Amino acid sequence: MMEQLQTTRGAMWLRLLTGSAPALHDWPAVRVCDAPLAGQPARWIAVVPDPDNRFPRARNGEVGLVEGWQLAQAVQETIALDRDAPLKRPIVAVIDVPSQAYGRREEAYGIHQALAGAAGAYAQARLAGHPVIGLVVGLAMSGAFLAHGYQANRLIALDDPGVMVHAMGKASAARVTLRTVEALEGLAERVPPMAYDIRNYASLGLLWKVLQAANPAQPDEQDLALVYAALEAALADIRDAPEHGLAGRLQGPHRAASRRVRALLETQWEAAD
Amino acid sequence: MSDIDKFLKRDSFIERNARSRAQALLDPGTFRELAGPFERLYSPWLAMQHLVTQADDGVVVAKGLLDGAPTVVLAIEGGFQGGSMGEIGGAKIAGSLELAARDNRRGTPTQAVILFETGGVRLQEANLGLAAIAEIQAAIVDLRRYRPVIGVSAGTVGCYGGMSIAAGLCSYLVLTREARLGLNGPQVIEQEAGVAEFDARNRALIWSLTGGEQRAATGLADACVDDDSAAIRATVTSLFARGVPERHRSERAAEFLAALAQADTNVQPEVADVRAVYTTTAKGEA
Repeated sequence: MMEQLQTTRGAMWLRLLTGSAPALHDWPAVRVCDAPLAGQPARWIAVVPDPDNRFPRARNGEVGLVEGWQLAQAVQETIALDRDAPLKRPIVAVIDVPSQAYGRREEAYGIHQALAGAAGAYAQARLAGHPVIGLVVGLAMSGAFLAHGYQANRLIALDDPGVMVHAMGKASAARVTLRTVEALEGLAERVPPMAYDIRNYASLGLLWKVLQAANPAQPDEQDLALVYAALEAALADIRDAPEHGLAGRLQGPHRAASRRVRALLETQWEAAD
Repeated sequence: MSDIDKFLKRDSFIERNARSRAQALLDPGTFRELAGPFERLYSPWLAMQHLVTQADDGVVVAKGLLDGAPTVVLAIEGGFQGGSMGEIGGAKIAGSLELAARDNRRGTPTQAVILFETGGVRLQEANLGLAAIAEIQAAIVDLRRYRPVIGVSAGTVGCYGGMSIAAGLCSYLVLTREARLGLNGPQVIEQEAGVAEFDARNRALIWSLTGGEQRAATGLADACVDDDSAAIRATVTSLFARGVPERHRSERAAEFLAALAQADTNVQPEVADVRAVYTTTAKGEA
């Protein structure tokens, strides 16, 4: 029972979806393992808490300096493994990341560069033809999400109050924008991109699928089957797609401005020469 | 010419606004702005919150030539909303980088310069800013396969948040002594971790650890140049002449992990500690 309480959603979903596949590295916070998806080899990655982390600000599952570079290494290894393979194996990022690590050590040693390592590796994997799927089972916050999952070809999230996507925690966001937390929450209710919940996030059109699992915190066999089927469908959808980019995220009703800007740029691009 | 004369006659890059910075970089007479202010691209999300908008949303897209080579300059206006990335400004940068990559696939070797002057995500557009930054990052990684993407942060806003990750993806990075580069702004660290972890009022500490001089000395930037438009232009030109690096900084996980393994994390590192950890392993072409 204690063990279950201490297991994060990310760790639990990774374990259940991969059948407790053994870790490929002895890294405490970045779990990497191989398990099949749709009967083919796939690589699965999650970030989990490491209470003994050498970096004290990265002990609760945050993506810190070491975690960022380990994510980068794990993805680069996957790319190298399939360098000469015609069919690139899928990479599934199981996402439950509370934030990037906020600390002086992190800034001093350049945590931005570590997160660039991770984001860049995922983007390279996608461009190399690896189907990259991001599965949001818990928190997907800010720089941590940029480093782990946001570069995926397809994003899938569970519909649950415990699933949240945002750029910054409420207290800090209030401080930076010179608002009270109450004012921020009021705005979040009527400005969709400011909201923290997954339903508002889904309205932005960035998610490929939102799944209704009965119990995301304690999934049963049916929940697992639902998620596994969605991952398989995403894999098939990516394999069928001619492009490896992120253009599929631009169709949401709240992204009219993103589309208008791109259309304007395209029209004016050639004319500028 | 005395040092004081030089200082007085120098053409400050920092004092230029975004549009003027782009003009200073491109060959004379080649500057063409795309999706400019006359398109009236006001942020719908700021307007909804009764906040000040701007017709270019704080990003200037300039196409032209740099030393004769086709170049797009993406200049962020630090004076508008802290250079923060909203839906429109983010789409201007991502969309331009996407077109530059398409140019390369069609045989035109368009290259890109991004002038980072930004606090990161515009929190009033939170998740759409974050999404746009993910798209900027995707486009940098795509384009840098063909031609270098060069990041410049002159100051004084610096480069923070998700956009610091974008800077970390650039082929080359040029800073001035006045610029700062980091993921989390001092205020946010203080809010999240307490004043003992980071005192946001201690400006000397902030600049010494995250300023241009330290970042260049530790290999996290390629050059620290004077605040001089001609010097910045010359540095950018010479970096483009190097071509696409054999391995980008963001691809050097093994070296950085080896360096970080040597760091003493029991104490808060001083300037010299970071230099010692990174000078041996991460800086050279190991």
